[in-house]
Amino acid sequence: MREITYRQALNEALDEELTRDRAVFVAGEDVAIYGGAYGVTADLWKKYGDDRVKDTPISESAIVGLGIGAALTGLRPVVEIMYIDFIPLALEQINNQAAKIRYMFGGKCKVPLTIRTEGGAGRTLGAHHSQSLEAWLIHIPGLKVVMPATPADAKGLLKSSIRDDNPVVFIEHKMLYNTKGPVPEEEYLVPIGRAEVKKPGRDVSIITYSRMLLFSLEAAVSLEKEGISAEVVDLRTLLPMDVESIVKTVKKTHRVVIVEEDCKTGGTGAEIGMTIMENAFDELDAPIKRVAGADVPMPKSPVLERLAIPDPERICQAVKEVLR
Amino acid sequence: MMDKTLAVQLLKQMMEIRQFEDKIMELLAKNVAEGGSHLYAGMEAVAVGAISALRTDDYITSTHRGHGHAIAKDGDLKALMAEILGRKTGVCKGKGGSLHLADVSKGNLGANGVVGGSIGLATGAGLSIKMKKTDQVVLCFFGDGATNQGIFYESLNIASLWQLPVIYICENNFYGMSVSVKRASAVQDLSKKALAFDMPAETVDGMDVLAVRESVSRRVNQARSGQGPSFIVANTYRYYGHSRSDPRVYRTREEEKFWRERDPIPNFSRKMIEQGILSQEEVTQLEEQVKQAIEEATEYAIDSPWPEPEELYTDLYA
Ligand SMILES: Cc1ncc(C[n+]2csc(CCOP(=O)(O)OP(=O)(O)O)c2C)c(N)n1
Ligand SMILES: [Mg+2]
Repeated sequence: MREITYRQALNEALDEELTRDRAVFVAGEDVAIYGGAYGVTADLWKKYGDDRVKDTPISESAIVGLGIGAALTGLRPVVEIMYIDFIPLALEQINNQAAKIRYMFGGKCKVPLTIRTEGGAGRTLGAHHSQSLEAWLIHIPGLKVVMPATPADAKGLLKSSIRDDNPVVFIEHKMLYNTKGPVPEEEYLVPIGRAEVKKPGRDVSIITYSRMLLFSLEAAVSLEKEGISAEVVDLRTLLPMDVESIVKTVKKTHRVVIVEEDCKTGGTGAEIGMTIMENAFDELDAPIKRVAGADVPMPKSPVLERLAIPDPERICQAVKEVLR
Repeated sequence: MMDKTLAVQLLKQMMEIRQFEDKIMELLAKNVAEGGSHLYAGMEAVAVGAISALRTDDYITSTHRGHGHAIAKDGDLKALMAEILGRKTGVCKGKGGSLHLADVSKGNLGANGVVGGSIGLATGAGLSIKMKKTDQVVLCFFGDGATNQGIFYESLNIASLWQLPVIYICENNFYGMSVSVKRASAVQDLSKKALAFDMPAETVDGMDVLAVRESVSRRVNQARSGQGPSFIVANTYRYYGHSRSDPRVYRTREEEKFWRERDPIPNFSRKMIEQGILSQEEVTQLEEQVKQAIEEATEYAIDSPWPEPEELYTDLYA
């Protein structure tokens, strides 16, 4: 199969959906002429024009707001918030409006809005451009939260998000844009809400998502050399969480390490861990371990930034601890 | 006639900023500096002219393009350079970086990674001054793009309502990243944005350090004497792309040339030489002196140690 980058895969998804459905449009800061801060919307403006690919002022709250209004009245907007760090500027609109409107209005309308954003550390950009805020978003009933790690998942999940009749926050990772992987040339979708086993194993389950999948797979390879067989599960969607797949892997290996880049306290891993406690406690042979981001704002210095997020070595160490 | 000490101070600071930014560009290209930096080159007259109108105990708030403000607010070149390289000796111990240069002890309440992020806190510093009845002022810098954020309107309204001693200064370089003011703002004369709050406003040539200084001085005097806030739009231009990877497809080379011909540094030195305040030799000497200082700062930063691992968890709570 051909290999393309995560960035190209996302670009193809947008291009195909813009062609497929006249109701789809793209709006956000620097998405048109510039092609997006990370190049995801490159060349779409040339192809579709100002009508369908819109540069907006720097007005995050209004960008999401206009997406909600357009979605409520029959369009299928894809709005971009350049960094997840700026999602808080629009959080009122996401939380109080986008996620609640359908329920509050008795199910008599829908908000088919996709909010694309990008997060994570790795470029030493400091505390305002490196955060992982997905845990804030999974705390909002009515929203879907998608975080793909591979080019193929990125494309298939973005297409599904755009076609979904609910508000979806689609979170990319800045360190994944240049990664390459096989992506089918023919049309396909990846369903929202389904995890995938990215590497089967016997001894321990590493449950993870987004960039931490890559670190987890790296860890699994070195563990293999020491005779430890780790199963690596990529959640792909955080809300709704795929409880079935989580239970399945726990039943298989009976030991779990959760790997997440966001701050540990109140983080996504806590939700995954409690999901296991509630659904598969009897299957566990050891306490669950979390390898997570440090509970601090992201420091600029490259030496501190590396320490603030998980790495393959620390994942291996945690695996060995749950196997003891 | 203009005071020679002042002429030297203004020219030297503008040269420091220009050479500092050129050096950062060089370090980014060599991967000695990691991450990104929004460079202030071209806009020197705004920070230098405006901050020269302040007392040392006045406050400023800065932006994502904050190196110039930090240098003009009595910044230490070595500590700033070290901060941008993420070193322990940096002004924020390597924890902030280019986007978060701050030195509260010198009245620099910080650069900001969020566009518009400092407009609210500048207003709060103004409230603090008013409540403590000191006669300080706050100079709040932000870009043209930031005037499209909600917090800009919310803050100007409160500042005018409560008559706070804040001078809001918009560095209009005609683009917010790739999006021109034409494509981003319904009103082209940005000074009009203050009209809704009955706040005095004016537009100044941001390539002319003396014009900026004159305008800000007047507004500072008003604020100090209890006449409330004001809004200044300084028209200027950024020479480099928005960031290192920016191919600048959204603007023309002719437009860039137009603004480079208005370069604030040679223009100011020429004027000073014509008026007999400085000699060509003195200007050349100054340039050499600044070059030396930037080299020293760079060496200092590169030779500085990285923060220790324990630093990850310090400074979180007071
Ligand atoms: C809230 C927010 N949105 C988007 C960005 C990304 N961004 C960084 S600088 C910039 C352009 C800012 O334009 P302007 O205010 O005119 O300042 P300039 O860069 O021109 O000095 C953008 C969009 C950001 N840092 N913060
Ligand atoms: Mg600007």
